[in-house]
Amino acid sequence: MRVSQISVFLENKSGRLAEVTRALADRGINIRALCIAETIDYGVLRLIVSDPAAATAVLGERGFTVTETEVLVLEIPDRPGGLAEAIARLADRGINIEYIYAFVTKSGENANVVFRLEQVDQAASVLADAGFRILAGEDVYRL
Amino acid sequence: MADACIWDKPAECMAAQDLRRLQGERLSQTVRHAYDNVPAYRKKLDEAGVAPGDIASLDDLPKLPFTTKDDLRDNYPFDMFAVPMEQVVRIHASSGTTGKQTVVAYTRDDLDLWAEVIARTLAAGGVQARDLVQNSYGYGLFTGGLGLHYGAEKIGASVIPTSGGQTKRQIQIMQDFGSTALCCTPSYALVIAETMRDLGVDPAALPLRVGFFGAEPWSEQMRSDIEDQLQVDALDIYGLSEVIGPGVAYECLEKAGMHVCEDHFYPEIINPDTGQVLGPGERGELVFTSLTKQALPLLRYRTRDLTSLDDPPCPCGRTHRRMDHVTGRSDDMLIIRGVNVFPSQIEGVLMGIEGTSPHYLLVVDRKYGKLDQLEVWVEVSPDLFSDEMKRLEAVEAKVRAEIESVLGLSVRVKLVEPKSIPRSEGKAKRVVDRRDLGQ
Repeated sequence: MRVSQISVFLENKSGRLAEVTRALADRGINIRALCIAETIDYGVLRLIVSDPAAATAVLGERGFTVTETEVLVLEIPDRPGGLAEAIARLADRGINIEYIYAFVTKSGENANVVFRLEQVDQAASVLADAGFRILAGEDVYRL
Repeated sequence: MADACIWDKPAECMAAQDLRRLQGERLSQTVRHAYDNVPAYRKKLDEAGVAPGDIASLDDLPKLPFTTKDDLRDNYPFDMFAVPMEQVVRIHASSGTTGKQTVVAYTRDDLDLWAEVIARTLAAGGVQARDLVQNSYGYGLFTGGLGLHYGAEKIGASVIPTSGGQTKRQIQIMQDFGSTALCCTPSYALVIAETMRDLGVDPAALPLRVGFFGAEPWSEQMRSDIEDQLQVDALDIYGLSEVIGPGVAYECLEKAGMHVCEDHFYPEIINPDTGQVLGPGERGELVFTSLTKQALPLLRYRTRDLTSLDDPPCPCGRTHRRMDHVTGRSDDMLIIRGVNVFPSQIEGVLMGIEGTSPHYLLVVDRKYGKLDQLEVWVEVSPDLFSDEMKRLEAVEAKVRAEIESVLGLSVRVKLVEPKSIPRSEGKAKRVVDRRDLGQ
């Protein structure tokens, strides 16, 4: 039920993102989804990749600070209100979302939404009970 | 006309040989006073095999061992005082290397001396009883505020004790009260100038005439900037709390070096590595011996400030030697907005915070028209890192709050990638000072 997301600390210097993507490409690691949060001084790059363990290893070797976190990836129908319903379920239960981002797959029928939550287990059962499909790690890595 | 600007002509214009004789007599009294009343000095002199009777004139001065900030720290808080507490009427303090303050004390006579040397300082810039002196140095443990205050009162000028900050109010007072003299750090002078521009205030239309800027190293470039922007004569003043505070040395309107109040504080320039005394014009570390102070006599105190001393006569008529702008330090202390900052203090804070690495860098910058800013670069270790911005921001806030409480100075914390701070063989480089202070 869980997907491993890796996060990388990036100083705001030119070329840092290029080094990350190059390191992953060199190891044949595919990026499924990504987002960056930034401040004046630095950014945090969050990635979902085809092989999280290998990505963590290669980025560590190249001197990056990397951490792995478990996130929920939800398959949501690609129509108006699809995401709203999922979020409403979580809000009803008082479950906070730390951050969220989305990506689409080749088929294009569904959107995949990544949720970073404190109460992952509770959120997973709430969403599963409401009929949402939660993707397993293997499903996402192989997309 | 020049005479009106000299506060104590007999003292400030004393013939060189008379001055040397006076200094010799006072030196010998000071050594006796320190030896008799401060166990730490007695121990130092005994160990060096020097008896107070051996110091009869200035020629004997090199026999005395040096005193350092460490001596003051080791005798924290009061053991360097040479008078009983009944005679102490004021205590000030500034930060030291290891979190312990450097504590200094004054008897009533010491405070009179302090007011006297500040009166000389202000008079050298033309301040008289009819002047309004806006004193924007901080009031408190820092010697800047109260030091300037009592010297200005001694002249009979009207002191406006605005202390630091609230720049718009400072400008309002300048306009409404008609301040004629300003005392503050040189970087704050530029902040005031910048704020005036923002407010549309024309400095040329103000009665402000002269500024006394110190507590911070600065350059000739900054002098011309301040003079252009504030339409004042910008004078450099020098002091440190251990010696007395501001008033140790001051510029006259010739603006060609700061006259040291040599009848009270005897200056030497030494090679910081060998301790050897250097000659006129040679750059080295400034060392002071107090000649008249009672509560805290200083014998060959190493200031760690790098400068030079010159002795050609000054056109103003004063005979006291002049010191150049301070252009650096022989230790790693930084002076930021009048606050002493030692990298070791920041290291101490980081060591106490779980997850921070001992690798840090202090970056000091002086952006135009802004106060000096200290940035603390901290490497993000895996323990510290989180995918959540709020946790990273909490780390920054915690480091910032702890450093600010130790230094009493606002800082900016910047998280950087691990191993991005250059490692060096031997002594790590902890400081990048981007302030252009010239030479």
